[in-house]
This record gives sequence, C-alpha cells and structure tokens, in this order.
Amino acid sequence: MPTTAVAFDPSLPWQKARSVALRPEPFGALVYHFGNRKLSFLKSRTLVAVVEALAEHPTADATLTACGVPEAQRGTYVKALADLARSNMIEARTSLPPATRRLAADACRQADQPEDS
Amino acid sequence: MTAVLPERPARPIGGRLVDQFEYGLDAPICLTWELTYACNLACVHCLSSSGRRDPRELSTAEAEAVIDELQRMQVFYVNVGGGEPTVRPDFWHLLDYAIGHDVGVKFSTNGIKLDKDRAEQLARTDYVDVQISLDGATAEVNDRVRGTGSFATAVRALENLAEAGMRDVKVSVVVTRENAGQLDEFKALTDRYGAQLRITRFRPSGRGADVWDRLHPTQAQQRELYAWLLANGEQVLTGDSFFHLSALGEALPGLNLCGAGRVVCLIDPVGDVYACPFAIHENFLAGNVRDEGGFQRVWQSSELFADLRSPQTGGACTKCAHFDACRGGCMAAKFFTGLPLDGPDPECVQGYGETALAARDKELATPRSSVDHSHTGPVRGRPTLLGIPAIPAKLCDESPLAGADLG
Ligand code: SF4
Ligand code: SF4
Repeated sequence: MPTTAVAFDPSLPWQKARSVALRPEPFGALVYHFGNRKLSFLKSRTLVAVVEALAEHPTADATLTACGVPEAQRGTYVKALADLARSNMIEARTSLPPATRRLAADACRQADQPEDS
Repeated sequence: MTAVLPERPARPIGGRLVDQFEYGLDAPICLTWELTYACNLACVHCLSSSGRRDPRELSTAEAEAVIDELQRMQVFYVNVGGGEPTVRPDFWHLLDYAIGHDVGVKFSTNGIKLDKDRAEQLARTDYVDVQISLDGATAEVNDRVRGTGSFATAVRALENLAEAGMRDVKVSVVVTRENAGQLDEFKALTDRYGAQLRITRFRPSGRGADVWDRLHPTQAQQRELYAWLLANGEQVLTGDSFFHLSALGEALPGLNLCGAGRVVCLIDPVGDVYACPFAIHENFLAGNVRDEGGFQRVWQSSELFADLRSPQTGGACTKCAHFDACRGGCMAAKFFTGLPLDGPDPECVQGYGETALAARDKELATPRSSVDHSHTGPVRGRPTLLGIPAIPAKLCDESPLAGADLG
C-alpha cells in the first residue's frame, strides 16, 4: 500500500508514487493513482518534468533547481508538490541501503522455502 | 485557388482547467463503452434505445483490441454500459482482460446477473466498480419506467453485493418528475447497503425523447434539486449532470462543462464512436474503432471532434450573465429537443429554454436517431408508464438475446 500522506518537506527525497501514472497532455499531464483511483492534473510542462525527475535528485529542492524553476516561481511549485503529496500522488523516498534489502529477501526465502539453499 | 479553412482558435497556455478541457485532451477521461444493445428490460427512457442485440457488435477479439488500444492511450478507466452489459456472454472475460491491462472498469447494470457468486467474484476483484441503476426509491415509482420486477432485481443485487463485502457500490438514479421528490429516500436506501448515490440528469436521448415532456423535472423541481445538491453535493456523485443548474447561483461540485468530444465520448456496441453517450445520432458520429487507425485516430483526428474542441464564442448564451457557470447547458438536450446548439438549454433555469421551446417551428420535426434497437415484440414486465398493460411474466419469453450464444 502507498504511504499515508505526510507533510511535504522539500529538503527531503521524493518520488512520483509507485502506483501513479502520468499521461502527457498538451497543457501538462493527467495524473492517475491506481490505488485510490484519484485523478489529478499537472497544469504546466515544467511541473511534469519536476515530478518525473524527483526520483533522480537528493531532494525536491534540488529537483526544482535542476529543472530550471526560476526563483520567483519556487513558492508556487513547492505548493503544487505539497498538494500532490497530500493526495499521495508523490511519496517520500526511503531508499533502503542495498544491504538491508538483501537481508530482507534472505529472511523471506528462509521462511517460505526452507528446502531452498 | 486554395481553400480557406476556418481558423480554429489556439489553445491558451495556463489558466483554468475547464478552459483547457474545452480544447480537448489527447485521450478521453470519461469514456463510455456500451458493450451490447441487448437488454432484458425495456425502460421507457433508455438513452440508447436498447433492447435487441445488433449482429454487428464487436467480437471478443475486437473488444480486446480496443482494450489494448485504451491501455496504450493511457485511458485509465472506462464506464461500461449497454444495453445490459452483463448479458454479453464474454462480459466477465472482458472485465478481467481490461483490469489486467490497466484499464479499470466501472459498469452499469440493472442487476440481472449479480447473484451471490458474481457478487463474491466482484468483491474479490480490485479495480472494478459496480453501478446499479434505479429510477425510483420505491418499486412503485421505479417499475413504472423500468418495468415490473426491476426494483426487486436491483435491490437483490445490492443485497448480494453488500453481503459479499463489495465496497464503493454506486446506485445510479436518473432524476425525473416522478422521483425528484425521493432524493432523501434514495440517500437512505443507498446508505442502507453502504453504497454511494449517483444522480444524473434525464436527457431527451434515445427513447428518452419520447417521454421527455412527461418526465423531465419541472422548474420548481430543478430549484429543489439545486438546493438539495448544495446541501448534499459532497456525498453524492453527479458527473457533469447538473452544471446547467449553476446558473442559479453557486457552482456545483463536478465537471462544469459539456465535455462531448473534448473529454467525453462513447464507443457503441458496433464500434461507432460518438461525441457523448447521450448523442447517438449521425451528426455526432466521429468514426468507428474498426476503421484504420482505430479509436486513437478517431479521437485525435476526426473532423467532428476538432470542431467540438473550441470554446463557444457566439450565440444567445454567450451574452447571458450566467454563461461562465452554466456554459449553455447540455448539447444533447438541446439537439434532441430541436433547439440550436449555441442557444439556451431546454431546461435553462433562467427560463430562456421554455421560451425557445415555445418558439420552435412546429413544422420542423425534432431530430431523431436512426439507431434504434428497441424490442419489437412483447417484453416481460414492460413498464406501465405509457399505459400499455403489463404482460404476465410467464406468457412471454422473448429473449433480448435472440441470436446471441449465451454462455
Ligand atoms: S452533450 Fe450533454 S451529456 Fe453529453 S457531455 Fe455534453 S453536457 Fe454532458
Ligand atoms: S441563457 Fe444559456 S447560459 Fe444563461 S442560464 Fe440559460 S442556458 Fe445557461
């Protein structure tokens, strides 16, 4: 299940929620959440680029800079992202260190398939 | 000499979403797909004049191909209807196929096939929504327009779904002169089954044209409806049904524009693509999914849809103080009552519609659709609104699926 809405902090890492799809439209994009079936819209192409790029940058702030959002418009963009966070369209990124992930998988395998390995 | 094409206004950058919607989208957001014209009922106001199956209806393989295309176009969900979609033998297969291809399904049904087993199957399926049609909060009011026994069928389906634990079931009500006073009762009924109420506007489409004069809500009822929606609107779904009421004051929640060919369209059982499910008429036929280029080509390149994708600039309504909220109302309602498309809605709450209706040229017949699949023989439990005596259930067994191979 997707994470529940968290207050939006632009100094943290974010990503487009995993159950969300973007459909490009002439004015921006349509956002669809397959989990809660909510429909939303991104009303500018830059915002679309920002949402797509969130996962590639250490913080949302860094994403805005990388996408060339002018200083004067930052507030508007942060607000738009906060709205998207509230409706679960974007989610806080908790990239687990690879080691932790491997450990979890191993634990699974032991429990489910004791004959394996 | 070069032909001079009429200039189409260019899409503005930024601004309100409704203004963007007027210029259309790359794929629809409210796509209705009617799977069959066959129906076990013969509701007097059926928007698609359904009854008998059409031999040209899309095959299973063709329907799958449409779903593949919708997935490619990222149409994330479709409203499936008919006729009665569940009488198509491959209905359950197509449902699974769509869901498996990221196309969610909301289907409308009169409940005929929703026994306990199907209810449990649906409750187990993610990404499907069920909408039960009901046009009276009591059997008396409902069955007069939908047919004897249809209230009981719908309520049984609701019981089965509730028992199976199906969530977010919708009850869809077309507001008529006869049930407009039952809104609170409808709300109570849907609450009883943990369902959600959806009310829609009665439009003079299909057989609805024949009974529109008798069944469309009076001006007084429209004002009551508006007040009721303001008080209850957040808990009730309405789609784009009542934006013409916005001219009474505050805008109502929902889609406030005519989305025909812009964000809305219909794929009918034989694959014809119309601008709106309420506009089954050759004037609003944009193409067929069987044509080269399929649905995508029709949606993105048809002349008709291009014409519909611009804001209205002329006509009497643009001078009205309420135009921004009401946008002149429903194109289909105007068309099938013989009114000009750029003038007021026949139910214009400022009263201009009535004036326009009265001023119609009596010599000119109102436009009628040539697409009619109404039952021609007797039907079990026929609605009594039209004064035709009900036929006893057992005497008649005409199948709405004559010619169909029922599984
Ligand atoms: S024609 Fe009427 S029903 Fe169809 S999209 Fe327009 S307003 Fe809605
Ligand atoms: S005149 Fe036209 S815009 Fe004004 S309220 Fe009537 S239908 Fe709506």
